[in-house]
Amino acid sequence: MSPSEVRPNSAPSSSIALSVNGRERALEVDNRASLLDTLRERLDLTGTKKGCDHGQCGACTVLVAGRRVNSCLTLAVAVEGDEIVTVEGLSDGDRLHPVQQAFLERDGFQCGYCTPGQICSTVGLLAEAKKGWPSHATADVSHVCGPEGVTLDENEVRERLSGNLCRCGAYANMVPAVLDAQAAERR
Amino acid sequence: MSVLGRPLARLEGREKVTGSARYAFESSPPGVLYAWIVQSTIANGTIREIDSGEALGMPGVRFVMTWQNALALNDAGDAELLVLQSRQISYRGQVVALVLAETLEQAREAAAQVSVTYDSEPADVSLSTTHPRLYAPAYTNAMFATDSVVGDVEAALGAAPVTIDATYSTPAAFNNPMEPHATVAEWHGDDLDLLDATQGTNWARETISAVFGLPPESVRIRSQHVGGGFGSKGPTRPNAVLAAMAARLVGRPVKIAYTRQMMFGLSGYRSPTISHIRLAAEADGRLTAVSHEAFGQVSPIQEFVEQTAVPTRHMYAAPNRLTTHRVVALNLPTPSYMRGPGETPGLYALESGMDELAAALGIDPVELRILNEPAIDPESGEAFSSRNLVGCLRRGAERFGWSARDPRPAVRRDGRWLVGTGVAASIYPADVVPSTARITAYPNGRFELAVNATDIGTGARTVVMQIAADSLGVEASCIDVRIGDTALPAAAPAGASWGTASWGWAIMKAGAALLEALQTTPRIPDSGLSVLSDTAEEVAAMTKMARFAFGAQFVEARVDLESGEVTVPRMLGVFAAGRILNPRTARAQFVGGMTMGLSMALHEDAVVDANAADYANRDFASYHIAAHADVPDIDVEWLDEEDGNITPTGGKGVGEIGMVGTAAAVANAVWHATGIRVRDLPIHPDKLIEQLPSPY
Repeated sequence: MSPSEVRPNSAPSSSIALSVNGRERALEVDNRASLLDTLRERLDLTGTKKGCDHGQCGACTVLVAGRRVNSCLTLAVAVEGDEIVTVEGLSDGDRLHPVQQAFLERDGFQCGYCTPGQICSTVGLLAEAKKGWPSHATADVSHVCGPEGVTLDENEVRERLSGNLCRCGAYANMVPAVLDAQAAERR
Repeated sequence: MSVLGRPLARLEGREKVTGSARYAFESSPPGVLYAWIVQSTIANGTIREIDSGEALGMPGVRFVMTWQNALALNDAGDAELLVLQSRQISYRGQVVALVLAETLEQAREAAAQVSVTYDSEPADVSLSTTHPRLYAPAYTNAMFATDSVVGDVEAALGAAPVTIDATYSTPAAFNNPMEPHATVAEWHGDDLDLLDATQGTNWARETISAVFGLPPESVRIRSQHVGGGFGSKGPTRPNAVLAAMAARLVGRPVKIAYTRQMMFGLSGYRSPTISHIRLAAEADGRLTAVSHEAFGQVSPIQEFVEQTAVPTRHMYAAPNRLTTHRVVALNLPTPSYMRGPGETPGLYALESGMDELAAALGIDPVELRILNEPAIDPESGEAFSSRNLVGCLRRGAERFGWSARDPRPAVRRDGRWLVGTGVAASIYPADVVPSTARITAYPNGRFELAVNATDIGTGARTVVMQIAADSLGVEASCIDVRIGDTALPAAAPAGASWGTASWGWAIMKAGAALLEALQTTPRIPDSGLSVLSDTAEEVAAMTKMARFAFGAQFVEARVDLESGEVTVPRMLGVFAAGRILNPRTARAQFVGGMTMGLSMALHEDAVVDANAADYANRDFASYHIAAHADVPDIDVEWLDEEDGNITPTGGKGVGEIGMVGTAAAVANAVWHATGIRVRDLPIHPDKLIEQLPSPY
């Protein structure tokens, strides 16, 4: 990262290289730019949504180094060198990611605006479960972890996905979608 | 089997799960500028001076639009849209300037540097039933009569052995679709092109062309994917006007999106409501009087009267009835449409009152409602096209296991929890408005359906395809669907639960006419054979009848004695909404409505800060909507309902009926669990904790 000289007629900016969905993107970014706005307005990756810009709704969730983060609370300059995966980067060509497939099959969305965030968040939470991370809904944190990590149930899903709001009220269909996705992952 | 009634998956599902579905803001024409709104920081008064100098000197800033340099706009009947037309400020959060810059970051920072000084006057922000400026509006939203008086309520109340007299309130409720309101505006000469987050582009075009004095044909508005609306994207909002005005003045395309915070001031919300309910009944449970006096607020610049007492006019047979609406103009943002306007707060009040009456009478709440089932619409005297409220109540009671219920409150303890169950009834109008549609047959066997419907998440795109396929007698996969564009045949906005019925009728008419035309056409030309339909005459010729969807909601509530927290492990909704055209998407509407109703009952609260003269809520931290962990598995069922007196689609609309009765069912279940009657939503722990028995 090389902060450029602050000139009166331009905003402080940095030349960075972002790795998004496996592709290196060299960019001159405003130092104030969030990862979310950089994805949407600079890279035309508009699948990642802006619902609140304050880390309160989860619509902007992406994966950074495999972990789910709110891209609205992440500055683009802070994730140079990290592997960033957005909803556009989940499918394998025409083959949907199992989480995307499960959301489709279970009708786990209505308007679709929170959906990319729900899906990225689910990918993140499945990885967390696989590592055996407990949640508030885990009854016994000393025995959560079998060889495959935490086996999710409905309450685990509801708890672990509560950072992603949906105003249409499609939650009830997302829960089985997440359970399906974990089952698919283990097959 | 007909393609209608099949649970087809959403046509645009793949785009939505892969992120390729584009919403209004997600387009950047070459040369586009970003707009950022500056909002007033006073609630009443005038702008003294705006100093844009510093902002204009900042990097990338191209223009600052204020009342002094904005275009003059026409009044299209909505003063909310007369942005930047004067010094006058009537509520906190009104638009006072718009900054245009090359990037979002530049626009945002410059907006913070626009200096505005005001001459402030005292603001009036307190709604009460004794406010001296309360008045009777000429009519309510949707042109319902302000007052309706039948018989002598006072006499009936005085004579009845059992009466209920209670006041219920609902706080202001903010729609909060996940997609913030947004517009991309671009002028081509004197033609205006908008990508707008709207529930209906024809309505939007009507408004925009009036505001700018343009012929409608020179305005094109598109909304391919809309991230929810719930009423707030029904009327055109200031974002569209600001973008179009700014793009005109700077000669470049302009894109604008509200922040979540701006949405609380500039996109409408449900007025807070106060409902004074009085019920009188004979000892056998027959109602002799129903009185519902509703109070709400409007803003100083625009009147939108929530029709809170209107559903009460159609629910129960009672010879003496009184329903009234009074409002006061307060220096708060302008109320507008939110899912189930009128029905949602009104049924919370009425159905809570009915629950109180059932307890006072010692009659089961399901039976009390059935006992007071009217034979005809009590308000109009017209026949119901169909009314299966009783069927919903009976089927729901059976499925929920209601018969085993002990009516006594506060007697079921499960560890640290008190447990109870509640019921409420629902009603929502099954309306229809004229629409047009075009279907084109092509020689390759495919058909194109063109209808300016809007899919705000309801599944509209899918169901209009099914209706077209059904009308032509072909598979759904033979239909290419085009919606969400004023270039298409004009159609109803997605709202008031009338979309599918309105679009569907036009589609069925076009389909039938196309089949006829095909019989006399030996060879379909390569350009296709088109038929355009219009249902204006049919809609106007409908016989007058009372057309409504009905439903019954059953809820189990558990109240934590330690904290007063309410959780709902179980919800059931049984609905009679005519023919269900797509069970998959209809179920989603019912479940989504019930989820929003649950959110209203337990979480959503708006608090006016009298010192700041505004709502203290402005984001998802200060305005909690139901999250995953708040929502149980929701059980939904519907009755097969054939109604030959509604539109030929046979459907009554499912967008709102799932929401409207939910809050009362939750509140009634909380009473049954605890014996505490919460008459002011939401049911937060502080309203219960002090009255709960000790957990130990």
